[in-house]
Amino acid sequence: MLSSSARRGAAVLLGVAVLTTLSACGAAPDQQNAGSTGDAKKGVQPGAAASLTDFGDLKGLVAAAEKEGRLNVIALPADWANYGEILKAFQAKYPKIQINSENPDAASADEIAAVKSRKGQKRAPDVLDLGIAFARSGAGENLFAPYKVTAWDKIPAGQKDADGRWYNDYGGYISIGCDAARVPNCPKTFADLLKPEYKGKVALNGNPTKSGSAFGGVYAAALANKGSFGDIQPGIDFFGQLKKNGNFIPVESTPATVEKGETPISIDWDYLNAGYADQFKGKGVDWKVAVPTDGVYAQYYSQAINKDAPNPAAARLWMEFLYSAEGQNLWLKGYARPVLLPVMTQDGSADKAAVEKLPKVQGTPSFPASAELDKAKATLAEKWDKALS
Amino acid sequence: MSATSTTPHQGTAGGTRRRRRGPRTWLATLPLLVFTGLCFGIPLGAIAFGAVTTTDPARGTTALTGEHLARSLQGPYLDSLVGSVRLSALTALLGGVLGVLIAQAVVTSRSTALRSATLTASGVLANFGGVPLAFAFIATAGISGVVTQLADLGGLGWNLYSFTGLSVVYLYFLTPLMVLVIAPALDGLRPQWREAAENSGATGRQFWRHVGLPVLAPSLLGGFVLLFGTAFAAHATAAALVGGSVPLVTLKIADALAGNVLTGQENVALALGLDMILIAGLVMAVYLPLQRRSARWLR
Repeated sequence: MLSSSARRGAAVLLGVAVLTTLSACGAAPDQQNAGSTGDAKKGVQPGAAASLTDFGDLKGLVAAAEKEGRLNVIALPADWANYGEILKAFQAKYPKIQINSENPDAASADEIAAVKSRKGQKRAPDVLDLGIAFARSGAGENLFAPYKVTAWDKIPAGQKDADGRWYNDYGGYISIGCDAARVPNCPKTFADLLKPEYKGKVALNGNPTKSGSAFGGVYAAALANKGSFGDIQPGIDFFGQLKKNGNFIPVESTPATVEKGETPISIDWDYLNAGYADQFKGKGVDWKVAVPTDGVYAQYYSQAINKDAPNPAAARLWMEFLYSAEGQNLWLKGYARPVLLPVMTQDGSADKAAVEKLPKVQGTPSFPASAELDKAKATLAEKWDKALS
Repeated sequence: MSATSTTPHQGTAGGTRRRRRGPRTWLATLPLLVFTGLCFGIPLGAIAFGAVTTTDPARGTTALTGEHLARSLQGPYLDSLVGSVRLSALTALLGGVLGVLIAQAVVTSRSTALRSATLTASGVLANFGGVPLAFAFIATAGISGVVTQLADLGGLGWNLYSFTGLSVVYLYFLTPLMVLVIAPALDGLRPQWREAAENSGATGRQFWRHVGLPVLAPSLLGGFVLLFGTAFAAHATAAALVGGSVPLVTLKIADALAGNVLTGQENVALALGLDMILIAGLVMAVYLPLQRRSARWLR
């Protein structure tokens, strides 16, 4: 065991060495936010606020956030689930808050790394959009601030942390996208994909040990082949078989490979596939999207607030915005299914035209438990390469 | 990783000159040493520290452990290390041989236009890598690529997304790199040596076996080490082209370090990084003494 003081000493030495080499990168700890915002009612600091009532009302929260004047977001790609429009809408609504969007293509691991490495700095991300596994592990490491948005009670119990450290925001189903201009009969199920007519045509969005959607694809294939949340092996075997009969190509499907026809069949989230359909209309690509009936798998991403957010009030205002009807409908417009969609369809606040355009799915989604997810990931990391090479 | 390519001294063949080494010459290297110490030492220290320690997230205590290193040498991680070494060694060898043949052809042709054209093209191609290269190949030799369709390569068993395909893509930038590295050394082979050998009745084969290759050996080895290192460290091209279907250590590190799926694997990634450094070190360790032994031919 290394004593913690020795560790701190080593860290300080490293830090000093780095700082002297690079000269200041503008990274001094920001003390002001810790002690000076006095607007909050009941004497609660924005960083400790656990719900809107701690600010009095939305007006109080807006005032506190505008006083900070900044919001640091990370890993929000403009072409992913309509985030481009969401950022614009927030900016238009609260022009006094400057959004600083960093590294839009970062992965969840990068977000967690940014939270840890920039603790106490002004540049640290305020809010995080995370894969579910990272939301759970981050909460376990005590990185997030508990905050319950106004719509908290409407979020299904299975999709939020009981303490409000993270909660699901938007998601979708694994779907099969297919270029009908190149593929005469588009596959509708995982069983279809094995047919010889799809030789050299089926792709995933990346490597499932890295990409969340590719992982979802393998999970869905497992469910389609007598597997379960606790048993992903049939999914791995399925892709092994696809590879063996020459149908599977290991190219990471991207908008570019879709447009060029290199990945004429791509297993991906339905909101990304549905987005491609719009994007490539009139470019020689007739992109059809089907949620396979034999392997229905849904997954949602989660939001969390950095516990040491440099702009804690702006972070909370961002969350209130995302979980308002306006924010949820913006996700819906990007073909993603917002977590409040069931409630909003009932009370009529959901954008009906956008709901109509979603790929059709039967039934309600269920989600694997933490232990099942961990087991599936361990199996995948162990077996995927072997099955595919 | 990089290796310095040794170019032969012009016109000093035969004589050995020893330079005086004093404290003042040592002082001149100090900035370099400080730079190396900071820019390589600190990351190396951080990698080594992370590879052998584990931090308890709840209590924040750090303990020494050999678990990450052990895991990095097992199962799929070991496969990826072996896969990387295999691919790098094969492509470095092929690229080296091809590069030497091309460079020799250009050097002996005595055509300045051909020479400058080849060297300029090599300079450009040697730096053409990453995702753009992968897409260039996907567009030409992928399943629906132009060349694949025209020449019906698919029917002949061609598959870009495999070990073979990846090797061909790597050769595309490794061969020009070898041409760049080896051309000056080939220039250093004095024509007089060849004439002298021919006058003494040596055949072309005998000249290469007893004069040419021994003199070139350090440069050839240096080139091989450089190519090996370049292929070993390449990541973006492979990531865009083969995903996880050809196991490579750089892809495994990326999965563990910056993915959306695996959590808590950062230290295994660091251990894999340490393994890579050790392998690179081993390759250098083979190269250095050999180079010292044959260096006397060049001074």
